[in-house]
Formats: sequence, C-alpha cells, structure tokens
Amino acid sequence: MNRVVQPKPEYWAEAGSAASAIQLAGINVTFGSGNKKVEAIANIDLNVSQGEFVSLIGHSGCGKSTLLRVIADIIKPTRGSALIYGESPDMARRARTFSMVFQQSVLMPWSTVLENVRLPFKVGSRNLQSSSQAMDAVEALRLVELDGFATAKPAELSGGMRQRVAIARALVTKPRILLMDEPFGALDELVRDTLNVELLKIWRKAGTTIVFVTHSLHEAVFLSQRVVVMSRRPSHIEGIMEVDLPSERTLDLKDDPRIGAQVAQLRSMLDAG
Amino acid sequence: MNQDVVNIAGQSETATGVRLVHRITRLLPDEGPLRVALMGGIGLSSIVVFWQLVCSVFGIPHYLVPSPIDVVEAIRRDWALLASNAVPTITEAFLGFLIGNFVAIAVAISFVYNKIIQEMYYPGAILIKTIPIVAIAPVLKIMLGNGIEPKVAVAALICFFPTLVNAVRGFTAVSPNLLELMHVLSASKTEVFRYVRLYGALPYVFSALKISVTMCVLGAIVGEWIGANKGIGYVLIQSMYDFDTPRLFATILTASGIAIAGFAIVSVLEKLVITWDPGETV
Ligand SMILES: Nc1ncnc2c1ncn2[C@@H]1O[C@H](COP(=O)(O)OP(=O)(O)O)[C@@H](O)[C@H]1O
Ligand SMILES: [Mg+2]
Repeated sequence: MNRVVQPKPEYWAEAGSAASAIQLAGINVTFGSGNKKVEAIANIDLNVSQGEFVSLIGHSGCGKSTLLRVIADIIKPTRGSALIYGESPDMARRARTFSMVFQQSVLMPWSTVLENVRLPFKVGSRNLQSSSQAMDAVEALRLVELDGFATAKPAELSGGMRQRVAIARALVTKPRILLMDEPFGALDELVRDTLNVELLKIWRKAGTTIVFVTHSLHEAVFLSQRVVVMSRRPSHIEGIMEVDLPSERTLDLKDDPRIGAQVAQLRSMLDAG
Repeated sequence: MNQDVVNIAGQSETATGVRLVHRITRLLPDEGPLRVALMGGIGLSSIVVFWQLVCSVFGIPHYLVPSPIDVVEAIRRDWALLASNAVPTITEAFLGFLIGNFVAIAVAISFVYNKIIQEMYYPGAILIKTIPIVAIAPVLKIMLGNGIEPKVAVAALICFFPTLVNAVRGFTAVSPNLLELMHVLSASKTEVFRYVRLYGALPYVFSALKISVTMCVLGAIVGEWIGANKGIGYVLIQSMYDFDTPRLFATILTASGIAIAGFAIVSVLEKLVITWDPGETV
C-alpha cells in the first residue's frame, strides 16, 4: 500500500531534530494487585512520527484509553518506557507538548466558552500566554468556527459545539501533539462527519501530530494515515494498516468504496485478535 | 375531570364547595410560581378559616388555643415589643450564621488540602453532631456568660455541621473528568481548587446555607432560653409564664418570619451566584 504523502505542515512548534514524536517501548499496564489484578496492556511498542495522524482501534476495554493515558502522563506504565520528543511524559506535560480531548467535552459549566478556552493559560505554566508559542483564545475559537459564541455558557451549546470548544481549548496552546480519546463518540453521525472534516483541515493547517482513539473503523480509515489495531485484553498490537486514500479528504470521500474495503480489512484484523 | 364540576345543582354542600374550588383554580394559571404561590395561599387561608371556625364554634378559651383573630390582635398590641425583641435575636442568629458557616467552610477547605487532617478529624466532627444542641447550650452559658456570646455560639454550632458536611461533599464531588483535565494542564492544587472545586461546591454549600439560615434562628432562641432578658426566646418563655397564649403565637410567627426572611435572602443570593445548571454535565 502506498505511503500517504505527508501534508505540507506549518509546524506550530519548533520541529527539533527528533523525527519521532512519540516512542513507546515495551509498555505494560497492570491495574491493581493480588487476585484483583487486571493486565490491561501486555506489551506495546509504537512509534508515531511528527505530523502523523494515527488512530487506535480495538474492542471495548482493550486498553486504548489506557495507552493514551500513559502518553498523557495520567497513568504510569507498569513496565516499559514512553518518550515524547525524547522527554518523559511528565516533562512533556509540564511543557504543554501535548493537549488532550476526551469523549466528554469536560467544560466548566460555570464559565463562558471563552473562559473555558483560556483555562490552559490560567493554570499550570502560565507564562505560556505571553510566549509566542500560544495563540489567542479568540483565534482558537475561530479555528473551530465558534467565534460568535465566546460569551455563551456551555449549557447553551449543542453536543457538537461543546466538543468544538474542547478542541479549541486543546489547540490554544499550539500543542505539538493532540491526544484524542473518542472525541466524537457521543455525537450523532452527521455532526461527527462534519467535525471529522474540520479536524482534518485543522490538522493539515497546523501540522500537529494526532493520536486518535475511536471505536468507529470507518472514522479511523477516513481520518488517519495509519490505523493501529489492538488485540483484546491484555492487549498487544495486532497489526498496523497504512491507509490508502488521497491526502485531500472531503465529505464525499466518506462513501468511497476504498474506505469500505479498508474497513473490511480492519475488521478481519480485529477478529483475528 | 369535569364529572366533579357537572354535579347536579341542589346536591350536598360539599359538591358546592368542590365546584367553588374548581371555579377558582380554573381562573389561575396552569403552572409557574404564581400558581404555586396562589394555591399555597388558598390552602393556608382555608386552614386559618377552619381554625377560626373551630375556636368560635366550640368556644375554646384563648389561653388554651387562641383564634387567628386573637393572634392578629396580639400582634397589633405587642408589635413594638416583638420588633424590639426580634433585633437581638436577629443579631445573634446572623452572627452565628456568619461564624458557623465561615468556620465550617474553612475546616472543609483544610480537609480538601490535607487528607490526613480529614481522616483524623472528620469522624470526630460527625460524632459531636450527634450531641443534642440543647444539651450543649448550658455548657456554653457557663463558659461564655450572660451576654450575646453563648447565643451566638449556639447559633454558630447549629450552622456548623450541615455546612461542614455539605462543603466537604461539594469540594470532593468534582467530576473526575475535570480533575483529569486539570492534571493534563499541570494545574496546582490551589488552581484546581480555585477553578474547579470552589464552583463545584457552591451548589452544595448553598443547600447547606438554606438549612442553616433557619437553624441559626432556632439556635439563637435556644441560647436565649438558657438565660436572657431580651430576645424572641425570652418573650416566648415570658408569655408562657403569663399564660398569654395569643402573644406566644404572635412570637412564634415572628420567629418563623425571621427564618423565612433569611431563607428568602439566601435563595436570592443562590440565584445570583449559581448561574449554571449544577445537575448538568457539559
Ligand atoms: N483505573 C483503573 N483501575 C482498574 N482497571 C482499570 C482502570 N482503568 C482501566 N481499567 C481496565 O483496563 C481495561 C482497559 O480499559 P480502557 O483503556 O478504558 O479500555 P478502552 O479500550 O475501552 O478505552 C479495562 O478492562 C478496564 O476495566
Ligand atoms: Mg476508552
């Protein structure tokens, strides 16, 4: 299968010398101990290159979120090492190298949309705001086409709009890596399709690296350059598929037979695991 | 539902009554605060009328059960007395409210910041709560004397526990998703508190304040019972000794008026502060 041509990136952050954005080696995650021990991830090695769009798929409970949370320094792996641009996840988190988007928008209901997007500047390393690295919160809202809703409260927005706010909040620090855990999983299909296309647009423009967890094979194929298929728990990588689609992906591509064929291929990989 | 209304004329008196109620309720709006207020008002008036009727028909002496008219008469007669004695009670209750809630929230914050402190002292605080407040009041009088202090202390104590329990619950009942987000943003404990826990706890704290604002009036009155020469509690005891039951009832109404006013003020504050829907996760 052809390697997808990398989009012309306009890197938000200094590219550095590392071509590898994320390096996972021998990752094992085991929760609890004794007879309550749950081995979520058996052994995973994975490299994600800078600017790449990678999706993680797998059966429910196989450890997709867990793997993403290892990268995001929310949980420490039991064994193995995770490096983000050569740094530990902990250092990368403090340096705001990555942002995370969850399945729920996780907005503060008491704050306006704009205040929510500004949250990353108010907490943690506040000096980021003045640095040229970040973008203006209004600009981030414009990126997700919500600049007219700056003063609205989250409760006034639809689910899709809230998720866009969450994406704006993630983008506002111009992260080199965007970690997304089923960000559109709770939305209906039409909204999901629109946001898929918008996300691709932003990704192409920003040149940021995206690791995207989804349970929709179709979404994985449509968005990604590579799809990582995880086996059942305790998980390992069952296989990696390079997506064969033009780099310019628009809504009408959603019904392209090439997607169907690759979804079928992913399904057979999943069933094997 | 029309069956009740379409009763044939000339039937029993209750049918007429039912028809009257139906006619009145149909004039009211279907729902909303106006209906709630009016329907409540109608219900309350019916009880007052019934009470008056019972007193008049059976000729119950007013030192046993005063009729509503006797009570209104007493209010008119003792208006100045009630008002002047309401002032110290309101002062004690208000100070107790402020101190009790302030300390409760401060303790709750210290629990949030230090798990060990919470583990050590929260069970004890809950234990103290089981001691009846009237049993503590005499101790406070011995310790604090005859002035305003023991009354304020009882009022503060009675406010302390509901607010402590609710504030602790509120500060810790933060959505785990928000905490995870704050972790990814490398937020410090203080930042998590300032941007998340504080707001998350506000609805809980306000429910506690609505309880304690009525409880602090009770606390002040209990404090006055133990020894005072002014205040609503004092007037209650005096009226009891004088067998002035109408005044006793008028004083009770004054006490509940103070509590209702406090409740209304806190409710308005709550509406102003909590502008989001606390039940909704976004
Ligand atoms: N904090 C935790 N404690 C114990 N078990 C956990 C924890 N988090 C996840 N697990 C378990 O690890 C497995 C993988 O979970 P997760 O990564 O959320 O799966 P998914 O692929 O659906 O995102 C599941 O069996 C889950 O029950
Ligand atoms: Mg998951």
